[in-house]
Amino acid sequence: MGEYEPTIIAFVCNWCTYTAADLAGTSRLAYPSNTRLIRMMCTGMVDPKYVIKAFLEGADAVLISGCHPGDCHYINGNFKARRRVKLLKEILPHFGFDKRRIRLAWIGASEGVDFAKTMREMAAEIKELGPTEVREQMVL
Amino acid sequence: MAKTVKIEVKEQNLLATLQKFFKTLLQNGDIDALLVPQHLPMKNSVMPTLVADPEKIDGVDPLAPVFPMNSAKVVSKLTRRPLDEKIAVVLRPCEIRAFIELVKLKQGETENVVLIGMDCYGAYGNVDYTRFAGDDGSDASLRFYENVVSGKGTAWEDIDISPACKACEHPVPEHADMVIGFVGVDTKDQLLLKAITASGENLLEKLGLPEGEETEDRKKAIENLVSERISYRDKMFDETSEATSDIKKLTAYLGNCVNCYNCRVACPVCYCKECVFVTDVFDHEPSQYLKWAKRKGIIKMPTDTIFYHMTRLAHMSTACIGCGQCSNACPNDIPVMEIFRTIASYTQKAFDYEAGRSLEDEPPLSVFREVEYNELTGGKD
Ligand code: SF4
Ligand code: SF4
Ligand code: FES
Repeated sequence: MGEYEPTIIAFVCNWCTYTAADLAGTSRLAYPSNTRLIRMMCTGMVDPKYVIKAFLEGADAVLISGCHPGDCHYINGNFKARRRVKLLKEILPHFGFDKRRIRLAWIGASEGVDFAKTMREMAAEIKELGPTEVREQMVL
Repeated sequence: MAKTVKIEVKEQNLLATLQKFFKTLLQNGDIDALLVPQHLPMKNSVMPTLVADPEKIDGVDPLAPVFPMNSAKVVSKLTRRPLDEKIAVVLRPCEIRAFIELVKLKQGETENVVLIGMDCYGAYGNVDYTRFAGDDGSDASLRFYENVVSGKGTAWEDIDISPACKACEHPVPEHADMVIGFVGVDTKDQLLLKAITASGENLLEKLGLPEGEETEDRKKAIENLVSERISYRDKMFDETSEATSDIKKLTAYLGNCVNCYNCRVACPVCYCKECVFVTDVFDHEPSQYLKWAKRKGIIKMPTDTIFYHMTRLAHMSTACIGCGQCSNACPNDIPVMEIFRTIASYTQKAFDYEAGRSLEDEPPLSVFREVEYNELTGGKD
């Protein structure tokens, strides 16, 4: 078995962070290969249940990343996302999921460097925490 | 604004007094109908009834220690579109608080409705109540009431009021137009009737009742009751947090859940018209189950149990008013209320919100500010 690489599910906005991830790729910036990008039209579409499902399926961490405040193409989707992240950070830790496993970021389309850095940082932090106990449980 | 009068209790019979009071209220013509719990003639159960004819009010029993459902749902049905008529509704404190949440979610209106709140000593679960009531429901209500007032308490044989009621720190209605009070009142000869809003006062004025007052004794009694409830509640929070502190424990806690979803049907503030868990989204392809089983080696059937409860917590815990109807509805005795109230205490605190507190506080997930919680993005606005 190789070294433990955390699986990070990243819900990214089509208009900004998705493009940033693309840019990171084409610029050959290194970021963890276990990042699974899920492209959303806006972070405002990320229902809390998507995040919960990701964790219950064994994800080690979840990132929600969208446009900087003021830049959301749907005006305020990112503000709604922020409240939901706040909510999830209250609920999930009570069931043993460390707060650090849920992250929110604003990463604009041109910020490929920022995207790669965020993912690397997150992976390093989660590596220290280790996997969640979900993997050993029947939690469907 | 508050105006207080008293309802005289005749022959020490509280129920007869209340029946007469509600009859007068309906007769004096200012309201077209009254929503009030009554014993149904064919059975001893107590259900909310909508009464338009003052002669059809003999089974009224708002003292019965049971509420088969949270009536906020009924009031929502009655007010979700503008009404020409005026109605009065008799509710428990938790029903009023649930209704306040529904109004804010645009599933009800306070216009043309007079909310009459009653003090509440708690209620038994539906099944326990049937045993307690035996053949004479009205008699049982008075028996319950006397036990409480005489200091014997709420327990009877091996049953007691529900944990939700034991943990409820709102035994006295706070947001009614009018309150019928008996906690700390000498009910041998009177009940307290207090109008809090203008519409309550209007109704009260027509009744021509003698003036009354809210005594120090009443305030003391309420304080004592509330502090008892709070200490039960906080202990419950601690125990429940401990019992669900990781996924393994949570799985055990919900181990008997069969995904019947009764808890959300019974929940007054589970506001979606159609719950995603009963839509096609969860009609998984047969092959999907096989895929899961192969990947994990084993899966519990039905699936999505923890997923369901955690999602419900995310969707509505900020609106949970702790009525306990979820536990009441569960066929498998899962302490649903305990976990919902416990998590709700954290989620509501996080947004400085208290479900049912006021019509003005905005539901935390329906609003946002441009600048807030920037610690979530490492200080970036
Ligand atoms: S979750 Fe349970 S206790 Fe909370 S409002 Fe719904 S039914 Fe009542
Ligand atoms: S009522 Fe009980 S068994 Fe049914 S879904 Fe809710 S917790 Fe599960
Ligand atoms: S469009 Fe990017 S967060 Fe809304």
